[in-house]
Amino acid sequence: MNAPVRAAGTKPKAFDVAQVRADFPILARQVHGKPLVYLDSAASAQKPQAVIDAISRTYGHEYANVHRGAYYLSEMATRAYEDAREKVRLFINAVSPSEVVFTKGATEAINLVAHSFGRAFIKAGDEIVLSAVEHHSNIVPWQLLRDATGCVLTVAPMEPDGSFNLEAFAAIIGPKTKLVAITHVSNVLGTILPVREIAALAHAAGAKVLLDGCQGIVHQPVDVQDLGCDFYVFSGHKLYGPTGIGVLWAKAALLDAMPPYQGGGDMIESVSFAKTTWAPAPAKFEAGTPPIVGAIGLGAAIDYLNSIDRAAANAHEEDLLRHAMTALAQVPGVKLIGTARHKAAVQSFVMEGAHPHDLATVLDRSGVCVRAGHHCAQPLMDLLGVSATTRASFAFYNTHAEVDALVAALRRAQEVLL
Amino acid sequence: MTAEPLSDDLRTLYQEIILDHGKHPRNFRVVQHHTCKAQGNNPMCGDRVTVTAKVDGGAIADIAFEGKGCAISIASASMMTEALKGQPPETARKLADAVKDICTGKAASPEMEPHLEKLAALSGVRQFPVRVKCATLPWQALLSCLDNGPSATTEK
Ligand SMILES: Cc1ncc(COP(=O)(O)O)c(C=O)c1O
Repeated sequence: MNAPVRAAGTKPKAFDVAQVRADFPILARQVHGKPLVYLDSAASAQKPQAVIDAISRTYGHEYANVHRGAYYLSEMATRAYEDAREKVRLFINAVSPSEVVFTKGATEAINLVAHSFGRAFIKAGDEIVLSAVEHHSNIVPWQLLRDATGCVLTVAPMEPDGSFNLEAFAAIIGPKTKLVAITHVSNVLGTILPVREIAALAHAAGAKVLLDGCQGIVHQPVDVQDLGCDFYVFSGHKLYGPTGIGVLWAKAALLDAMPPYQGGGDMIESVSFAKTTWAPAPAKFEAGTPPIVGAIGLGAAIDYLNSIDRAAANAHEEDLLRHAMTALAQVPGVKLIGTARHKAAVQSFVMEGAHPHDLATVLDRSGVCVRAGHHCAQPLMDLLGVSATTRASFAFYNTHAEVDALVAALRRAQEVLL
Repeated sequence: MTAEPLSDDLRTLYQEIILDHGKHPRNFRVVQHHTCKAQGNNPMCGDRVTVTAKVDGGAIADIAFEGKGCAISIASASMMTEALKGQPPETARKLADAVKDICTGKAASPEMEPHLEKLAALSGVRQFPVRVKCATLPWQALLSCLDNGPSATTEK
């Protein structure tokens, strides 16, 4: 990629960070008397005013239950909810809005697939391939399925630098592989997995592919048709939207073939005590009153992302990552964890003599928010031979000055802890 | 870099004695012929402490720990083993309560106050609510060790 080269004193033409920062009200606040330096967007991103306003406007003026009332307000809310679905469809280039199922988050989306697709189509002895870098939410649902069905879980390895070993993966999949459930981008290492190649290999073996897009959709444009996967899941709150909303995208034919996940209102065609028939997707998978305002808020987040220059935003994130990797590596005793060539703006590290939790505590007193711990990826921690890491993750609203603040705070932490 | 003064609560949390025990834990081993053993896990952060003890003739003849964790949890475990050697299990339980009290901003009972000694340094954690579990983890393991339970977790 050609990062725009800036001559000293010229205005950054590509991306105006100050302008986007003004869109995120929380970024103006202080923590412990210091300006907030929010470097935990991979855990959850901050929200632009447009999202906050959309939520407030809906509850304040346009709220009613959806799909139920034959009155104006309910029609309005229903339209807003379904508009949000269409916004998601366009954002990920799905064929039809009926392929977009709203869930309460990525975790629920994966559980939905494990429960519905898994119990219907995966039998004892079938194999599900995961990767070594998966988040617990893309491990535990499959373990529950394994316990219920007797299927087998296998794990594709990771290279020491955090890159994905496509050859080893190719050797693992075979005729028994029914599903490959793998992350698009690692939330710990930042590695961007070669998901197109993974999908092609999996399909050649006759397996379906689920991509955990929680981090993937944040740092690059996603076109589900181009990726060639069968399922793509993500959470709204990491994509600058509200909590309590997530998306399961799946190919229409799969959703048609899959049985319901939960039963209740809104997901049926007709109910009698003798026999109940399901509504078609996506309603089949949206039992009960859905996260209406969450979906509308996610729609607003997508509108917001469409309103900024996303390519420039992504280039800015890459730039931040490069700056952070260079600056962190210069701090004595710091070891970077995750240095794959293809990486998103997420950087884990450990510091000699300082446990991540102690670091995070000291950093917090400088206003710097980072994540410390196992990042819901304990198997990966075991593989890395650490019990925890510190992770700084960047969004387009972060600045070089904030990376410098992180580094300065780390040096201070060394004074306190070492 | 401008050297701002360190905030008082950080200074109180990371006192010399905590850092010393965090870096050079005492009794970091397994008690030979221990009569009880328990593990404490903090599922939030993956920290792990295993306590082993030998209770003999109504007193804790030997106590030790092993594990991985932050400065606070390791220091707490280390100072715990120092404080409890030779004490009857009853005193150990009361001391566990006292440590929990001072870590959550309460006063220790007048009876236990004089027994705290070095452990009083752990009270710095009261300004850091998310870190309280780090300080109390080894004590949870201790309690379940004395109860002869197989494992304790601070996430109950
Ligand atoms: C890669 C990855 N997968 C899954 C999840 C789970 O997302 P949620 O907790 O929003 O369901 C996360 C978020 O922590 C993640 O980073």
